[in-house]
Amino acid sequence: MNNQIAKSWFVQVLILLGALAGALLIGAILLILAGSDPIKAYSIMFTGPIGSEFGLTETLVRATPLLLVGLGIVISFRSGILNIGGEGQILMGAITASAVALLLPGWPKVILLPLVLLASCVAGGIWGGIAGWLKARLAVNEILSTVMLNQIALQFYLYLIRGPLIDPQEVAYGTGVPQTAMVPEQVWLTRLVPGMRLHTGFILALILAIVVYIFLWRTTIGYRMRAVGAGPEASRYGGIRVEFYLILAIALAGAFAGLAGAVEVLGVHHRALESLSAGYGFSGIVAALFGRLHPLGTIPAAILLGALILGADMMQRAVNVPAAIVMAIEGLVILFVVSSDLLLRKPELLTRIFTRYISTRIKQTKEAGTGV
Amino acid sequence: MEDVISQGLIVGILATGIRLATPFLLAALGEMFTQRSGVYNLGIEGIMLMGAFMGFFVTWRTGNPYLGILVSLVVGALMGLLMGIVSITFKAEQGISGIGLYMFGWGLSGLLFRLYVGAITAIEGLRPLRIPGLSDIPYIGTIFFSHNWLVYLAYILVPITWIVLYKTTWGLKVRAVGTTPEAADTLGVSVDGIRYQCLILGSMLAGLAGAYLTVGQANMYADYITAGRGFIAVALVYFGRWSPLGILAGSLLFSMADSFQLWVQVLGISVPYELAVILPYVITIVALAVSFGRVWAPAALGRPYERGTRG
Repeated sequence: MNNQIAKSWFVQVLILLGALAGALLIGAILLILAGSDPIKAYSIMFTGPIGSEFGLTETLVRATPLLLVGLGIVISFRSGILNIGGEGQILMGAITASAVALLLPGWPKVILLPLVLLASCVAGGIWGGIAGWLKARLAVNEILSTVMLNQIALQFYLYLIRGPLIDPQEVAYGTGVPQTAMVPEQVWLTRLVPGMRLHTGFILALILAIVVYIFLWRTTIGYRMRAVGAGPEASRYGGIRVEFYLILAIALAGAFAGLAGAVEVLGVHHRALESLSAGYGFSGIVAALFGRLHPLGTIPAAILLGALILGADMMQRAVNVPAAIVMAIEGLVILFVVSSDLLLRKPELLTRIFTRYISTRIKQTKEAGTGV
Repeated sequence: MEDVISQGLIVGILATGIRLATPFLLAALGEMFTQRSGVYNLGIEGIMLMGAFMGFFVTWRTGNPYLGILVSLVVGALMGLLMGIVSITFKAEQGISGIGLYMFGWGLSGLLFRLYVGAITAIEGLRPLRIPGLSDIPYIGTIFFSHNWLVYLAYILVPITWIVLYKTTWGLKVRAVGTTPEAADTLGVSVDGIRYQCLILGSMLAGLAGAYLTVGQANMYADYITAGRGFIAVALVYFGRWSPLGILAGSLLFSMADSFQLWVQVLGISVPYELAVILPYVITIVALAVSFGRVWAPAALGRPYERGTRG
């Protein structure tokens, strides 16, 4: 029994690494077509993040929002509702966190910090919940509604940081950079390593990963959500209010993404600025899928992806290959991972391919033998 | 005097609206075939981005927009093939693989743009093709008959796709494969084959829709030029209930609202730019919400076909 579990884990990790290798291989072909040396580019991409204290801590800085968004994705995908709205939910969380912190500058840390974090969760949760409500009540496809909500949130966010919430100093100096003022210092998340950007948000994300695991597998609500994801009709017959759990699931996903936005503001930038979410809403999906939709699996997946994204930034500076390539590679990772699901569902296919290949090889050698 | 301005304004809004419907029509009519055959291609945003970039790039290098359009069709077909391998042959969850294809197209177009172009560059795209006689009719001529040929093509495709879908054997096979694949398979129709054909056809039209944005409309390429139009096109297929006429109605509703929003900005009415831009996306959500009520959909949509156990 234990042996079997260990074996299936081993197979899963092997297939995932195969998927990653496949994506990177196609990425290398793209690099060659783009006129770059893939070996040089990849060696910077892979050694950069692990080569120094800066690289290691910065990897975790990048992994933090990925892990938070990814945890929300795990909850929503497990419940059978696909949340593509992470990007918009991050921005709603970030701007709400900034606004609350800026409105109450004199409040003590013990009250203000939890309040700011909670506000961001509520904002992201509402933004996700809208899509959930539209799906549950009006049968609106959640993938389409969340994509539209992303665009709406982005424009709303830009409007706020260019207009009503712009840093008064930017206006006074006439520079007009679209960003809010610095949030009060007592809500900044503590930096963990002197001189580096790594902050307590990473620890918070790790704790929440364990919380989500317990929530999904050890509580009644979590069990019902997974039941809804596994079979909505059967759950309905079983007396589970499917609509309620769908809305709850995507609202929770939104809350996690909103929290990621707040953590980026409080831990990294200390203000809301234009390019706050560097595609984290989408990369979080990759992290969750690569973690096989398991909260604990998402931890190493987020760190691996954080390293990949950081590595691509370093590569851009060193060999002038645009970091946009990492988005293409992430897309390929998704395609490979979802394709490999077939092999996981039907392991006999692997043996069939294997035996067919072997048997033809044997046949060929035999024929070759008789031919001579 | 005011009368002249308001008349000119209405003609302007309508003419722009007719033009702006083009990419939605092209992409949504293609997606209609894909979904009718039972496959859900969410990645057309990514395909449109690649079509937009390649159309722009080839036109910029060769000075020939027709070559650019041709290449965008080829790129669309290749990306459709990729999507087919993942979601038909490997039977992957189509919603998620669509997101993967989207990110791939987005990243790749961004990569190629930064590597080979770098900055906003103007190209000479398609010229308006005024239809002799018709374009001289007051108002009507400006609104309907003063666009480039891709616009006319998009509208001509509405009756053509209707005929193909409802009046040809191939269209019948497409509908059969999308509703009762088991029955189609029994009758010797290759389910996966038809699905590949539809997916590749739809993807080619998405690539063309992308090329229209750069070669037929903006005459340049900018990062993420599609701005969610691919997703809106998918929404229009739902809104139009998988029929060419419904898609035409949806595309026009949408493009007219977009045109109105643009003209409001041009006239300098004091609405914050960002809030005006939101309008089309809000309308999409509302349109999806009101088309609710157990709408008919291809029964096998999103369900990979798996034959029963073989001997």
